[in-house]
Amino acid sequence: MSAVAVVVFPGSNCEHDVVRALRGLGGDARLVWHGDESLGDASAVVLPGGFAHGDYLRPGAIARFSPIMAAVAEFAAGGGPVVGICNGFQVLTEAGLLPGALRRNTGLRFVCETVTCTVVSSRSVLTSGVAPGTRLALPINHGEGNFTCDPATLAELESSGQVVLRYEGNPNGSVAAVAGVANAQGNVVGLMPHPERASAGLLGSDDGLDLLRSLLDSAADGALSGRSRGAAAR
Amino acid sequence: MGRDAPRDGARRVGLVRFDVHVEVRGLEGIADPEGQTIERALPALGFRGVDSVHVGKVVRFVLDAPDGESARATAEEMCARLLANPVIERAEVTVVPAAAPQPVAGS
Repeated sequence: MSAVAVVVFPGSNCEHDVVRALRGLGGDARLVWHGDESLGDASAVVLPGGFAHGDYLRPGAIARFSPIMAAVAEFAAGGGPVVGICNGFQVLTEAGLLPGALRRNTGLRFVCETVTCTVVSSRSVLTSGVAPGTRLALPINHGEGNFTCDPATLAELESSGQVVLRYEGNPNGSVAAVAGVANAQGNVVGLMPHPERASAGLLGSDDGLDLLRSLLDSAADGALSGRSRGAAAR
Repeated sequence: MGRDAPRDGARRVGLVRFDVHVEVRGLEGIADPEGQTIERALPALGFRGVDSVHVGKVVRFVLDAPDGESARATAEEMCARLLANPVIERAEVTVVPAAAPQPVAGS
């Protein structure tokens, strides 16, 4: 089985956690440098957390122009699973692969805590194996995770099942307490919580494994059908 | 050469140097937590009558272009592609001819 490509930008800091968590589930994962132009035969892509390019200008604003991002966009257009976690979510919105934007948290506080999230929709590569209504304890760790979009976009996201994860309470002021969204096809997902940090009981929660397992299953499905393979061939 | 030094040697013939000032602000109706926090802080220091505080950012640069119109068009394109995120921000571009270099005293 081909590997999940975990993209490393200058300033990424969660890439090894993602690789370790995926391998712990029996998946294969490898790091890909942002300056590369090809994802090879990747079965899925993860844009990890961190502070790509120092978050200068806006988080993700510079990273979206990294050479690898053309390959990520092409992979996504071909239906390949793409997940952005925290800073990766910010990169995906800046790149226009996901709707909305992430602004400074309400209250200007950098939030670093474990929060409870509810899975809202199973219509995504990250939540396909998790029943709606499932509550997950997941760490958040961000200063700019305040998801924003116009009311018409929000209504569309809600009605089409693209809001995949919602906070209980609202730690950062996001509209409708949105913690994670997917694109219309469900193959591109962004979320502020870190499933890779909730990957062992010793860390306080292993609820993130439910999400990462869904991603590995989606990657395997894509590899079987040849969907992502075609998209990744450059 | 410092990065702010004018690179006259690199300037192409027929181009004019402009000072470009881009102000990036949040869209109307988008929450501005920084502005709100400052608005709450100012009365605590005794400043009265302050309202509608908004925080944005300013990007300044010099640009060589054939004329002011094309300098503005280039700056607007920079805003659309990088300097502002149209989902949450709008940008206001000001373009003025760069001040002529001061003649060296005594020459």
